Amino acid sequence: MGLEREQERIFEIGERERVRRSGYDYHIGVCVGSGCHSANSEAVRDALQVEVKARGEDKRCNVRGVGCLGLCGSGPIVSVNDESLLYHHVKAADAGKLLDSFEDHEAAKDLMLPHDTPFFTRQVRIVRENAGHIDPDRIEDYLAVDGYTAFYKALTTMTPSDIINEINRSGLRGRGGAGYPTGLKWATVAKTESNRKYIICNGDEGDPGAFMDRSVMESDPHRVLEGMAIAGYAVGAQMGYIYVRAEYPLAIDRLKNAIKQARRYNVLGHNIFDTPFSFTVEIRLGAGAFVCGEETALIASVEGQRGNPRPRPPYPAASGLWGQPTLINNVETFASVAPIIRKGSDWFAGIGTEKSKGTKVFALSGKVNNIGLIEVPMGITLREIVYDIGGGIPENRDFKAVQTGGPSGGCIPAEYLDTPVDYESLQTLGSIMGSGGMIIMDDTSSMVDVARYFMEFSMTESCGKCIPCRTGTAHLLALLDKFVEGTATARDLQLLETLCDVVQNTSLCGLGKSAPNPVVSTLHYFRDEYLARIVDTDEFFVPVVTGHSNGGER
Amino acid sequence: MVYRNRHPDPPSDDKRWLIINATMRRHGYQADALIETLHTVQSVFGYLDKPTIEFVADSLSLPKSQAYGVATFYHFFSMKPMGAHSCVVCTGTACYIKGSDAIMKSITNAFDVTDGETTADGQLSLLTARCLGACGLAPAVVVDGQVLAHMTPETTVDALENVTQAAPAEEQAEERVSDGA
Repeated sequence: MGLEREQERIFEIGERERVRRSGYDYHIGVCVGSGCHSANSEAVRDALQVEVKARGEDKRCNVRGVGCLGLCGSGPIVSVNDESLLYHHVKAADAGKLLDSFEDHEAAKDLMLPHDTPFFTRQVRIVRENAGHIDPDRIEDYLAVDGYTAFYKALTTMTPSDIINEINRSGLRGRGGAGYPTGLKWATVAKTESNRKYIICNGDEGDPGAFMDRSVMESDPHRVLEGMAIAGYAVGAQMGYIYVRAEYPLAIDRLKNAIKQARRYNVLGHNIFDTPFSFTVEIRLGAGAFVCGEETALIASVEGQRGNPRPRPPYPAASGLWGQPTLINNVETFASVAPIIRKGSDWFAGIGTEKSKGTKVFALSGKVNNIGLIEVPMGITLREIVYDIGGGIPENRDFKAVQTGGPSGGCIPAEYLDTPVDYESLQTLGSIMGSGGMIIMDDTSSMVDVARYFMEFSMTESCGKCIPCRTGTAHLLALLDKFVEGTATARDLQLLETLCDVVQNTSLCGLGKSAPNPVVSTLHYFRDEYLARIVDTDEFFVPVVTGHSNGGER
Repeated sequence: MVYRNRHPDPPSDDKRWLIINATMRRHGYQADALIETLHTVQSVFGYLDKPTIEFVADSLSLPKSQAYGVATFYHFFSMKPMGAHSCVVCTGTACYIKGSDAIMKSITNAFDVTDGETTADGQLSLLTARCLGACGLAPAVVVDGQVLAHMTPETTVDALENVTQAAPAEEQAEERVSDGA
């Protein structure tokens, strides 16, 4: 009987959308992700719509905005028929030229981009599979690509423990950087007794140089909601929060819109799919504090307090938001959930390496030819990322190092380019997977300057609660300043190393513990650069004292 | 029974307080509405001042110290009114590698203003962002909400001279408030 699961009808909407789409000869997708949006891609979309209408081709050509296509450095990007034709640096005035080129490729040769380059062929897209194919502002588009079918499958055919087992078997690990097994985290929250539990999606992507989560939220917001809802069912939570940086207005708008649409179709709300399960999601805005990426600080911020971390245990899985069991996962982790439920854990576990499964999204930037977002299977080598997908270093300069993990990570030099990218290998090299920022440096970059840059960041962002981090980072910065100025002594080098060790081992939270990483890794691989800046004096050591920058009026 | 309004009256009869009250009402005047409310205040008035923070604290039945602590903890909240024009220089890693510090220096030299400050004539506020996430456009500078890509010290100073000397300042400032930037 159809009445039993009346809500199944929403999948008919997806079917209708597919039929409607098959009526067009050309699907023109204009990227409306932040990179292209800043390059005025919305004007391009409007110009194309006007031009198509003026030519009377609007029955054949469908022009719409789509999520991020990845090549953010060459925007605005236009894709035709699921990337069979690609155009870059398109301006509104090029609309006519672009349409002409469907029949005659010569017409817009300067704008066309080969789509069979390694940048596209070497990627494996799971989290970003819909980006570039659907309009992030329409739930109908998401339903047309099997959206919410995983949630439906989970609610109607699986028990919460089935789901947790499935996630466990898939080998999915936290994509926020630390790589804690997701299934294990879910199981802990599920086991904790409480009638109120919470799901939090960590979208506080604070690492400078990282924009993966933003792109996922902007390009495929429903995917994140679906992952959260499945998690809610699996652990027994009825309420979810998405914590997003206030600096990401576009992502906030799209998420708000997605939540509204999901409520309208009751995929969020009460008695979803006519089952007893209810789940709602609210957005909470961050306010520019890097430390809020740390889970206990994030919880404090959701509660409306200063983002100070607190000691763990108790872990949020036992006592989190308002003292209740809370599941916190990264945006990318939640976005990986729906495909695992839909296609099965074996499929997901078949991708990647033995200990790191699936794919990882990286934001590739710095001194590299192809700047943008890439999604690669775990285990790919850094060389493949830099030279094949990234297209090498501009002006044929020499590769010097790749920085991963932002202010908590380290620099990996050229001799380790053949290292496979997975959680363990990067850790062995003194860096971390991190949330996915990957910054390429060429021979013009000074590693001491880079270390100083990250230390300044950590010092400003230290919340000031524990002394090793608050004072330690300030002193580390003062020491690094001496190296940058060329006034450091051998004693300073020794002090720098000791202080790194102290801050790493005595800080309260992840920010402090990992703040010295950029210094430690550059000291390890590029020690000559530090030694070259030491002056040969044996002066008496004078302690450096600087003020702490946080906590005052701004 | 006489109905007593539990919530204090706004500091002035400015209509914009209604927007702020609406935010607090939507969150049921719960303590966790604090950050959301301060966001609304900042987007409506452009900055936070002490009377506003005290009003929000009283409305949410929070200690004033907690509200002040939150307002000063987060970088996004500004305690000073902004200049008529704003310039945000991205200092994220990708922009840093491509020379954003030279851009900062050139602005400081040309306009006599440092990070987080406003020029003496109130024309220009200089701010930094930790990462705009527009790393493909590095180095990126946001002038009055408009993202400018692949900047150099010279082009940045030119762009800023254009906005500070050209359009009437008041109009643009109003636009920015309504954009919520």
